[in-house]
Amino acid sequence: MSLTAASVPRLARHVRFRFDAARNCHVLLAPERVIMPDAIAVAVLECCDGVVNVAEIADRLATRYEAPRDAVLADCLEMLNDLADKSMIAS
Amino acid sequence: MNAPLSPPLAMLMELTHRCPLKCPYCSNPLALERARDELDTATWKRVITEAAGIGILQAHFSGGEPMVRSDLPELVRHARAEGLYTNLITSAVLLNPARMAELAEAGLDHVQISFQGADAAVADHVAGFRDAHEKKLAAAQLVRDAGLALTLNAVVHRQNLHQLSAMIDLAVDAGAQRIEVAHVQYYGWALKNRAALIPTRAQLDEATRIVTAARANLAGTLTIDYVVPDYYAARPKACMGGWARQFFNITPSGKMLPCHAAETLPGLVFERVTERSVGEIWAHSSAFEKYRGTGWMAPPCQGCARAEIDWGGCRCQALALTGDAGATDPACGLSPDHAMMAALAIAESGAAVDDFAYRMIS
Ligand code: SF4
Ligand code: SF4
Repeated sequence: MSLTAASVPRLARHVRFRFDAARNCHVLLAPERVIMPDAIAVAVLECCDGVVNVAEIADRLATRYEAPRDAVLADCLEMLNDLADKSMIAS
Repeated sequence: MNAPLSPPLAMLMELTHRCPLKCPYCSNPLALERARDELDTATWKRVITEAAGIGILQAHFSGGEPMVRSDLPELVRHARAEGLYTNLITSAVLLNPARMAELAEAGLDHVQISFQGADAAVADHVAGFRDAHEKKLAAAQLVRDAGLALTLNAVVHRQNLHQLSAMIDLAVDAGAQRIEVAHVQYYGWALKNRAALIPTRAQLDEATRIVTAARANLAGTLTIDYVVPDYYAARPKACMGGWARQFFNITPSGKMLPCHAAETLPGLVFERVTERSVGEIWAHSSAFEKYRGTGWMAPPCQGCARAEIDWGGCRCQALALTGDAGATDPACGLSPDHAMMAALAIAESGAAVDDFAYRMIS
């Protein structure tokens, strides 16, 4: 089951997301997995608070980066679904 | 050429070699370390702080059975305070509600419970421990009730592979997010017991078929990680992601190793965290530098296009099977010893000798 614009994404319970000083980047930590998300993914993940839905996240980022909203939404969904497939994002 | 040294990803702490179980495939060395030589709480905490300081992200609490140490919650709490992702690798026979609550409260992220089979008859025989299986089932429930992430470790070999499907079902029923189906890797006790454990080629193919089908059926429910046995492989694994590139291991008495089997390699001196800092050992210890990168390689690894993909495979396996720790891992089809390794697997798996020696402190 994949996420849609109406889904409310949050980090899966066993996943942690934080800044790592040694590598100077953000990391997603899960059992036996370390992912270093790119800057766009970091911006999306920072919005994943379990309250706002994907459409609202896209609105926010489209405004912040002055980017076309539909393209931002598509990017958000692709990235979040990829992490959902890895059981790192729940909704 | 050696790649620049990047920060390690994870540290595995063998808090102790004590363990109530006697698994004949245990990866601990044959010469187990004794309780009186174990590092104390304060030293482990310092080690955790130093390791976090050089950039590790994950702290694995392992053994032996790490739960025999009563300071485990304190160490978990300390690792969490250092920002680390904390993972407990346990046989779980010592887990009870009170200890689960303590560990959850300390901030433990993830628990990995080993299963030796899908039912008590097989599992308790392999573990050499009565009621182990039932205790593990109860422990899995405790982990789930505490809301922690749960992985089942199914170590598979000739004597339990017929239960693989049932072990995957067990993981689903136990509410695990993940199962690691790992064919035994032949180091330590497993090497000693290889003839009793190594699967036949047909068994391996059947296992691979079961895993492939289960992955498709259970996508989104259960993540299945699969570790195939080197003995039937065409190319080796990137053992530890390459020698001294991503991981290190600390023994109960504080020896720092590039991998848990490294002590089998002759001529290497392993420094102790009681004598030098974790960061200095990582960067400068001669044992870590010996096989780091690709500079040490001889043909066929030297110049091979896969040199920085599999890093020449496993040094300990090269030593165990060819007598030369610097040789190409015989799991590689380009190794002159590859045919010998395959022949050995066929001969031993076909001989059907099922007796093994239980792991114990001599
Ligand atoms: S493999 Fe078995 S004997 Fe070895 S530490 Fe784990 S539970 Fe104990
Ligand atoms: S020759 Fe060495 S580097 Fe090349 S594939 Fe085989 S083990 Fe890997």
